[in-house]
Amino acid sequence: MARPITPLLWLLFSAGGTVAALLFPVHLFLNGLAFPLGWLPAPRYESLRSLVGHPLTRLYLLVLVSLPLFHWAHRFRYTLYDGLQLKHLTVLIAVLCYGAAVVGSLLAAYTLWNMSS
Amino acid sequence: MSADVRYTPYHPRWYRRRVSVWWWLESRSYTGFVLRELTSVFVAFFAVLLLWQIRALGHGPEAYARVLARLRSPLFVTLNALALAFVLFHSITWFNLAPKAMVVRLKGKRVPDLLVAGANYAAWVVLSAAVAAILLRG
Repeated sequence: MARPITPLLWLLFSAGGTVAALLFPVHLFLNGLAFPLGWLPAPRYESLRSLVGHPLTRLYLLVLVSLPLFHWAHRFRYTLYDGLQLKHLTVLIAVLCYGAAVVGSLLAAYTLWNMSS
Repeated sequence: MSADVRYTPYHPRWYRRRVSVWWWLESRSYTGFVLRELTSVFVAFFAVLLLWQIRALGHGPEAYARVLARLRSPLFVTLNALALAFVLFHSITWFNLAPKAMVVRLKGKRVPDLLVAGANYAAWVVLSAAVAAILLRG
């Protein structure tokens, strides 16, 4: 990997890790379990839709999806190196991990861009 | 140390212990390290799940209801419960490491680790409460 990009990747890793640490547990509990399973009264479709129509909400959601993906890309890359001893596949793994994060972020940006109310 | 290290005459082989892929099960701290590394898989899983929900929300009420129905399946309930456990592990280890990763100084004095970690936990509680308040309102 080119050296000058390393600090940027580390910054994305730590920003994404902080976003995930602060916000994922509550969203995972509510959006992943409590609302689908009816433990708590789920917000109605219309109110969620209008909430997401707001630009600030969409910016929030873009950050919420994209930064943790870069956090994953960075950490998972080293998990593969250390855990599975795949040091010889360095370039391939890096391209696949960061590439997936870029694709996911672009898809999120495209989706949210088209969701203005 | 294994006893079957073989040497060829005049060409002593370097002794390199072969490390098993399961090296991290040898001690508790190694296991903790690998489990912490694995939290990233569940972080990515939930980021994708969020994106899936957002896209369904854009596709209309029926699409959104279908996603909620899929999330009620045993597979997704199990995955989400597992992901929640790993994500919580990520949060706790992340906040506890924060004072070591980022040394904060105030008037030339280092802010105690406990205070830095405490500030992280406080932000966690406040933000979680805010998200829950917004989502539970309607």
